[in-house]
Amino acid sequence: MNTFKKGGIHPKDNKIYSAHQPIVECGLPKQAIIPLAQHIGAPAKPIVQKGDKVKVGQLIAEAGGFVSANVHSGVSGVVNKIDATTDAWGLRMPAIFIDVEGDEWVEEIDRSSDVIRECNLEPKEIIDRIAKAGIVGLGGACFPTHVKLCPPPGQKAEVLIVNGVECEPYLTCDHQLMLEHGEEIMIGIQIVMRALGINRAVIGIEKNKPDAIARMQELAQKTLGVEVKALKLKYPQGGEKQLIDACINRQVASGALPISVGAVVDNVATIYAIYEAVQKHKPLFSRVMTVTGKQVAKPGNYLVRFGTPLTQVVELAGGVPEGTGKIIGGGPMMGRAMNNIDMPAHKRTSGLLFLPEEESRRGIEENCIRCGKCVSACPMGLEPYLLSRQSELQMWSEMEDHHVMDCIECGCCQFTCPSHRPLLDYVRQGKATVGGILRARAAAKK
Amino acid sequence: MNLIVISLLVLGITGIVAAVLLYLIAQKFKVEEDPRIDQVQEVLPGANCGGCGQAGCRAFAEACTKASSLDGLLCPVGGAPTMEKVGAILGLAAVAGEPKVAVVRCNGSCDARPRTSEYNGAHSCAIMHSMYVGESGCAFGCLGCGDCVAACAFDALHINPETGLPEVDEEKCTSCGKCVKACPRHIIELRYKGTDGQRMVVKCMNQDKGPVAKKNCANACIGCGLCAKVCPQEAITVTNNVAYIDYAKCVVCRECEPQCPTGALWGMGFPERLTKAAKTAAPTAQATPAAEGGDEKFDPAIAAQIQALKTPKAVFPHCLHNA
Repeated sequence: MNTFKKGGIHPKDNKIYSAHQPIVECGLPKQAIIPLAQHIGAPAKPIVQKGDKVKVGQLIAEAGGFVSANVHSGVSGVVNKIDATTDAWGLRMPAIFIDVEGDEWVEEIDRSSDVIRECNLEPKEIIDRIAKAGIVGLGGACFPTHVKLCPPPGQKAEVLIVNGVECEPYLTCDHQLMLEHGEEIMIGIQIVMRALGINRAVIGIEKNKPDAIARMQELAQKTLGVEVKALKLKYPQGGEKQLIDACINRQVASGALPISVGAVVDNVATIYAIYEAVQKHKPLFSRVMTVTGKQVAKPGNYLVRFGTPLTQVVELAGGVPEGTGKIIGGGPMMGRAMNNIDMPAHKRTSGLLFLPEEESRRGIEENCIRCGKCVSACPMGLEPYLLSRQSELQMWSEMEDHHVMDCIECGCCQFTCPSHRPLLDYVRQGKATVGGILRARAAAKK
Repeated sequence: MNLIVISLLVLGITGIVAAVLLYLIAQKFKVEEDPRIDQVQEVLPGANCGGCGQAGCRAFAEACTKASSLDGLLCPVGGAPTMEKVGAILGLAAVAGEPKVAVVRCNGSCDARPRTSEYNGAHSCAIMHSMYVGESGCAFGCLGCGDCVAACAFDALHINPETGLPEVDEEKCTSCGKCVKACPRHIIELRYKGTDGQRMVVKCMNQDKGPVAKKNCANACIGCGLCAKVCPQEAITVTNNVAYIDYAKCVVCRECEPQCPTGALWGMGFPERLTKAAKTAAPTAQATPAAEGGDEKFDPAIAAQIQALKTPKAVFPHCLHNA
């Protein structure tokens, strides 16, 4: 069985709480707050005004640049205002407030549950529809998908890698999506293959999801060029470079993009969104998210429209459990603690995890004992103990020489550190600073 | 005997040949340098703080030696006396610069700012700032981890455990500007010291609208503009819901100070403070955890220190007495 070669850790997967819970639709909110920056890159520019009537699926904000994405309304109603709202971390972000009235969809969206298999569109048309639908990578980074599907000149895609790994502990939304919408995902894969002009796709799934592997294998047998790879359990297998290594045994060079080895990686949730956009004309205005935790009354997978306050989803799951010490947006490894769950659901919210007080505390920081555990755990072959120290001492140019920009912020180093050092905190800080220096340098060259 | 003589001779001759070679090479590759650079460097403080904008004292000395006038060149650490010495060496007139001092523009003390969350990460303002809003709801205020304190090479900044805010020791502050760069929220500003060290400052950076700002901090500037209305010199401007006092226009009449409804406006360096803030900023009667714990073997002050040492620093960065 395959996996990536370098580093990695084995945290307890804790998926039992919400695994195999059918996807439940979360109801409509009274007021939807739709943020304008739900993706990497420039925030979208609003094209509606106060008092405008909008329908479900209507474009309400246009992409604000090349690396940006359209934003659609997830509800129907009247635009109340365009103002700042508070995000998960207490900071202000611009958003469109919509007072919900009924549930009226844009006519062209196909709301039936029929699976539409035929797709005879030209690659350009497909990418156009994906761009229009505002689809971004739903695996976590939220990089606009249409940008990813247009390889830079001189480079050609050879294989599509579909990320069904879901290596984050606790999260189960992708797993459930594969079980319930496997067929649609398979059609989505063919659409992306068509858009890229390739005839090979590999779906990577970790072996802790045997039913998903069986289901996708069954479907793949009927589909030309699609292959399912069962992968050994190891975090962070869902990282782009790790998944390419695990699935097709190719290694992406430092600083290079996956396209340099001919690979394009997309998450299953993204593929499903592509299917809906291309075949059903449904833009991205909802997603499946996991609400889970040891003490959560009804952990499960919920389909939420963007703009729904997370508190509403939490209520469906039985409210905030007693003794919760930390609420994490996303998975426990790469997610970030939130200090505001009134914030609306959007493209980035893949999960909500409630950790009990005793599990949420960090260990007391002690000195580095140079055991080298972080070095052997790092999937990118970096030296986290050194990088974190350099960051503390603000040695930015040395950090650059030690390839800090290769860090994928997976947190393996911090997870494995016996001295509980905040390695990732410092490395991330250094990466941000060095990134700024590199951008300034590139701008100065121009 | 013979052996000793031969070794002495061989070593001696090798030494002389090497010395001659070294001398010749040194002459050949000699770098002509203005001797005044060394002289100037001699009178500089040697802190290498970078406050002058140069890479260090040597670089500053070189810049001074090359310059045709000392205008724009100022060693903030040494101040006017040092610049006069530099001017004397170079035969240039020293341009007198007005002394500046670091001012912390946040008055969100522990009792004024309700704590909404507890930070559990690395003990650094920069990291905390990159993570989230901070332990209070104010996205503009001081985070209290003391990046500025760590950056200060002159021991002029200290976190006051009562307020959780850094305080500037104006005697020690050399206005090198290191703290200004270190603060991720750009709260610290270098302001002119003013006549007799007296100046007016708005101690708030909160750009949120009034009600939001007020909810997050009792001492926040709510951008009401009352101060701007009464200012006879029109020195106060309110932009982005926060007032700012232009030092050049301010005549330190203190008309604005009693107008401020929240106590964000401060007169600094005056014998006594008149604002509401004075009351809130005064040491409150809140007990330290050690005193509450009643460890009677020690003097309360020492017990508090022990308690502070026992408390993991990453857990309670903001206020000691909230622990």
